[in-house]
Amino acid sequence: MKLLREILFPLIAVLAAFLVGAIIVLLIHDDPIETYKLLIGSALSWPDGIGYTLFYATPLIFTGLAVAVAFRCGLLNIGAEGQLYVAAFAAAWVGITFGGVEGRSIANLSAWLLVPLACFAAMASGAVWGAVPGVLKAKFGSHEVINTIMMNFIALALVSYFTQYHYKAQGDPILQTVPISASAHIARLGKFIPGLPERIPLNIAFFLALLACVLVYIFLWRTKWGYEIRATGANPAAAEYGGISTGRQIVLAMAVSGALAGLVGVNEVLGYRYRYYDSFSSGVGYGFTGIAVALLGRNHPVGVVFAALFFGALKRGGLFVDIFTEHVSKDLVEVLKALVILFVAAELYFRGRLGRFGLMRRAKI
Amino acid sequence: MLELRNITKRFGAVLANDHVNIKVKSGTIHAIVGENGAGKSTAMRIAYGFYTADEGEIIVDGQPRRIETPHDAIALGIGMVHQHFMLIEPMTVTENIVLGAEPGGAVALDLTKAAERIRKLSEEFRLAIDPHATIEHLSVGQQQRVELLKALYREAQLLILDEPTAVLAPQEVEELFAILRRMRAQGKTVVIITHKLDEVLAISDEVTVMRDGRVVGELQTSATNAAELARMMVGRDVLLRIEKPQAKPDSTVLSVEHLTVTARDGTQRLKGVSFQVRAAEIVGIAGVEGNGQTELIEALAGLIPHAQMSGRMEYLGRDIAPLDARSRRELGIAHIPEDRHRRGLLLDFDLKENSVLGVHYRPPVAVSLGSVLLDDGAIRKRTERIIEDFDVRPANPDLPARSLSGGNQQKLIIGREFVLQPKLLLVAQPTRGVDIGAIEFIHRKLVRLRDEGCAVLLVSAELEEVTALADRLLIIHDGEIVGEVDPTIATLEEIGLLMTGGKEQ
Repeated sequence: MKLLREILFPLIAVLAAFLVGAIIVLLIHDDPIETYKLLIGSALSWPDGIGYTLFYATPLIFTGLAVAVAFRCGLLNIGAEGQLYVAAFAAAWVGITFGGVEGRSIANLSAWLLVPLACFAAMASGAVWGAVPGVLKAKFGSHEVINTIMMNFIALALVSYFTQYHYKAQGDPILQTVPISASAHIARLGKFIPGLPERIPLNIAFFLALLACVLVYIFLWRTKWGYEIRATGANPAAAEYGGISTGRQIVLAMAVSGALAGLVGVNEVLGYRYRYYDSFSSGVGYGFTGIAVALLGRNHPVGVVFAALFFGALKRGGLFVDIFTEHVSKDLVEVLKALVILFVAAELYFRGRLGRFGLMRRAKI
Repeated sequence: MLELRNITKRFGAVLANDHVNIKVKSGTIHAIVGENGAGKSTAMRIAYGFYTADEGEIIVDGQPRRIETPHDAIALGIGMVHQHFMLIEPMTVTENIVLGAEPGGAVALDLTKAAERIRKLSEEFRLAIDPHATIEHLSVGQQQRVELLKALYREAQLLILDEPTAVLAPQEVEELFAILRRMRAQGKTVVIITHKLDEVLAISDEVTVMRDGRVVGELQTSATNAAELARMMVGRDVLLRIEKPQAKPDSTVLSVEHLTVTARDGTQRLKGVSFQVRAAEIVGIAGVEGNGQTELIEALAGLIPHAQMSGRMEYLGRDIAPLDARSRRELGIAHIPEDRHRRGLLLDFDLKENSVLGVHYRPPVAVSLGSVLLDDGAIRKRTERIIEDFDVRPANPDLPARSLSGGNQQKLIIGREFVLQPKLLLVAQPTRGVDIGAIEFIHRKLVRLRDEGCAVLLVSAELEEVTALADRLLIIHDGEIVGEVDPTIATLEEIGLLMTGGKEQ
């Protein structure tokens, strides 16, 4: 019953969004059915549609998980965006500095060492970037939303600076670092899956994302740390009563959240562009879309996977809607995204109302 | 002026007001007294339109009226000052007062006239409030007068004050009473809800006494005294009896000396409290709620920041003041909190998760990988044991705690703390909002725990409960222990008088 509700409400939100989206398509004189056929068909075609949908979904799984973990502790991590920037840069930095890149390396590690090291650097830097607002909240009670937003600006400015002045190839007109060492690359799935061309950037990081989901699930529901994080989020006063240091949980949750967001850097740098490309997330806003993913996925790892796949498919399908319809642009996808969020939020609102009503009736004298 | 006729109000299964009749005469100060949960506030909230009555009618100036929202009440000239002020701190007095009825056109806000009127009202009743002052710069007493002004500005003829002195210092109380008398002189009617008998005697003309949701007395203040009121307030026709063997107290388990707790706002909630609890005895703390009991229990449980406390707390000969909540639990101190929803439970978590709160990090709950992974089997077993031993219904470990009734939630918490086999149990309001059957059950369990050698410190607003359970009874008033009585011989009047700040006669 509970499970059914957990699945049903997001589905209703998605359907309602598509319904309203259809009206918008009608209003601009296009055929909604054709548009949706195009949208869904192109997102699920083999191999390109599915390949790209999964590729787009990968960073969203990471950021969705990041937001979900923080949310389970009662925190809204708006800073996944900044966390993934520092993490991606850190991954690239490791790939350059320890990968034997001419003139820039201090070591030349083998792939077996370099890849884990780069992944670790991404997670660690994301964790630190996330932990800072956590510490500020735990120590001084300053709100994590404000601080994570500010940390986003700092992150972007900082990595842009390092890219521009220290890690850009000489004369390169694009703001990006030099390529990382080939031994820091992780394999694209096209290598293993017949029929999937290697030009599609879907890579091992997708499996890493699925693994992260399993680990996050175990962490949150099967370990004492997860219990403490969730207790802090559910009722800080009761958590304290149970001997839980809520401040410590806030820092821990933000660090784990940041580390998860940081894994976007693995997909982006080690699996896709093989360098740090400045502002790579700005068009999509992986960090911000992660909030929508977590919201639609009900802050549960399994929900996050499906929500990320959904948003990934929208992104892929949107391109084709743009090209092959007369009036509808790919902004329809943005509209649908917004509507989904709106309906999910509305559902929470209605449940909140009902909850409050229920509370009123149970109010003590 | 105002009359409540046969007002009945239920909250779920709780009968908050049972055919309540209250008659407030115009131009008087009318006190409504009773213990916590007697239904005083409920009755007045009905009059103010916060709640609607299930039965009965409200008569204003001789006319039956429907008051469904505070808006209706204001239109009828009824104003209310709540215990917790409803003011916006960064805004000025004038801005706060006009809020909801802003003068001026559709866009412009004309505050000059309003400020002028507020200044005049303030002068008329000698409230000494500057209309342009910012709320956050005012003292609590001044903020209360702003609330009074708010009602006067809306031309209230009848003012209801809910526990107005709870937040005031003694001299502020005097000032407030002077203001209320001036209001009466100007023809206003005042209803004051309180449980402090000395105040009732000092200020009111008439008094209505409530108990268990019913009106048990209507008196002229001049014709009564504190002892009579105390008896009416706390007296019961049938006294609750608990069969318990004589306590055989052993060595001292807890020794508290000069414990002082200062709240964040600088007020002292506990003013140098000292007492001892020995093994195998129940020490009861009786008092009107809000006199420092909450702080006492939380300080002992390790839930109050060290910076806000001073004094000694010794547990089994060891100073526990520097220890955090977890370390105290590990030493065998269990705690049943007064507010099970706020402190005691994770309402959205299931019973399993709730029954390991506090032990979730150590074996047998957390096991492999250096006590990291939770052992679901062990948790389930523990939960089932609590459910069985403490008769928690429905007996389903997978249900969220929210779905249980208050009594069963309480039994779950008690079970969780009892299986720890504590040496010291801190227990506050163990039977609040719990049905009769569960009350008896909980009382028996507490006595049995005592007989097994546990030291029990019991706080309850239910006077009957503490007198029946406690082997020794301390009375707390305004952050101080004002007396110790033997509960087997002390009368309820005597205790009631002490806890309401009255002097022993």
